[in-house]
Amino acid sequence: MNAFIAIVRRDLLLAARRKSEVFTALFFFMIVVSLFPLGIGPETAMLRRIAPGVLWVAALLAAMLSLNRLFAADHQDGTLEQMSLSPTPLALLVSGKVLAHWLTSGLPLVLLAPVLGLQFDLSPRALGVLMVSLLLGTPVLSLVGAIGAALTLGVRGGGVLLSLLVLPLYIPALIFGAGAVEADVAGLGAGGHLSLLGALLALGVFFAPWAATAALRIALE
Amino acid sequence: MNWGSAGEFFAMGGYGLYVWGSFGVTAAALLIEVVLVRQRFSAVRRSLRRELAADRDTQD
Amino acid sequence: MSQRLVNWFKFASPASFYPLAGKMWPWFAAIGTVLAAAGLWISFFVAPTDFQQGEGYRIIFIHVPASWMSMFIYCVMAFWAAIGITFNTRLSGMMSSALAPTGALFAFLSLWTGALWGKPMWGAWWVWDARLTSELILFFLYIGYIALTAAIDDPRRADKAGAIISLVGVVNVPIIYFSVKWWNTLHQGASVSLTKAPSMAATMLWGMLIMALAFWMYSIAIALYRVRAIILERERHTTWVAELPEMQR
Repeated sequence: MNAFIAIVRRDLLLAARRKSEVFTALFFFMIVVSLFPLGIGPETAMLRRIAPGVLWVAALLAAMLSLNRLFAADHQDGTLEQMSLSPTPLALLVSGKVLAHWLTSGLPLVLLAPVLGLQFDLSPRALGVLMVSLLLGTPVLSLVGAIGAALTLGVRGGGVLLSLLVLPLYIPALIFGAGAVEADVAGLGAGGHLSLLGALLALGVFFAPWAATAALRIALE
Repeated sequence: MNWGSAGEFFAMGGYGLYVWGSFGVTAAALLIEVVLVRQRFSAVRRSLRRELAADRDTQD
Repeated sequence: MSQRLVNWFKFASPASFYPLAGKMWPWFAAIGTVLAAAGLWISFFVAPTDFQQGEGYRIIFIHVPASWMSMFIYCVMAFWAAIGITFNTRLSGMMSSALAPTGALFAFLSLWTGALWGKPMWGAWWVWDARLTSELILFFLYIGYIALTAAIDDPRRADKAGAIISLVGVVNVPIIYFSVKWWNTLHQGASVSLTKAPSMAATMLWGMLIMALAFWMYSIAIALYRVRAIILERERHTTWVAELPEMQR
């Protein structure tokens, strides 16, 4: 467990040294979200309808931007090899890296989303549901993304390939996440969607580190 | 038997474009796949034969 | 029991599977051709005109079997992936990569015929129906597998990475299907659905089953043919390849 905390702290420290990467993803999220009203038109009713989908799709893309770097630096300087040889199970260390990734790329999106939701005239209640859905959903994105990042480690054209692999797997999170907000706006209650999102998260926590570890071992061979 | 004449058969009750579009593209796609796989196989076999022949020549 | 196990592992080596595949594929191809002929005969001459959809419904005789095959082949790929990861056999990865293009092709054909069916029946080439949408995502999963294995130069590593992505995919396919269905019911009162094919006649069902079997035989035959090419490509510097009768002159 100590190793897990150490990995999280180390990755957070590294992220703090390279703040620009975190902010780039955040600004990307803001810009993508702001493009939609410009492309579609400013009618409030329309914006309210598309807001959950737009915010969620933008969050998917923003979370994916930083996936490339999840293992790349550690792979290049050999840290990853050391980790795989350490007595601590690699899956645990991978989980630590995923948690750190979520703290630096997912959590800021959760915090920023309500501000952007205001641009779309969402009600305070819907903003709350949006935050909860992102809180449950963005860790799924980091977990599933870790599998893709591990598989494309050191592979030609890794970045585009990563999105090709990972985006289809993100669809359930997108559907339940955006669906939760929509259901709430429609007055149907977001409970069902949110609990399904929670189930996805539980599945992801259980399986994704294991699959990502298997993929990393292939890259390290 | 459903069809009175060949023309009726090809017209498919007005759905000819859709029905033949589906069956035609499927048949074409499967045929193309077969051709591509055959090409792939014979390309490997050809290059292997050439390699082996070259080996034999140098040994002789 | 152990005797049988040994026998299976004997064929897990490319050197002994290569001639076996060479003997098997013509049989599957022949059976497939016969079944396709029978299936086409039923599709066009035995099955009666549908009283609601007219002759246009005949597309389902390839649309439904193609969709079945695309899903089934993905499961078979995942099966080989699991075998490859557990027993570390070389052949299983080759089988997966031999199946992937055929599976992607069937997924594409399912979408294509679905569009051609949708246009006259629903008035639109594309409808965000739960099944069509899941099929589209399945197509993306195939493309992802093919792109990943193509991007990795070392074939053994490509096989292993492909095995992981296909296993992750096969776990996700039911989740994706369920979520898309859920999404579909939320957004529209399920205005159209392929399930409500009006009172499917027995001949229609037979036609579909025979066509599905024909596609099945075709897939086995083409996968065996392709795996032979893959075996030769990867084992080109081994002595058993050099000693093959077709390599002599």
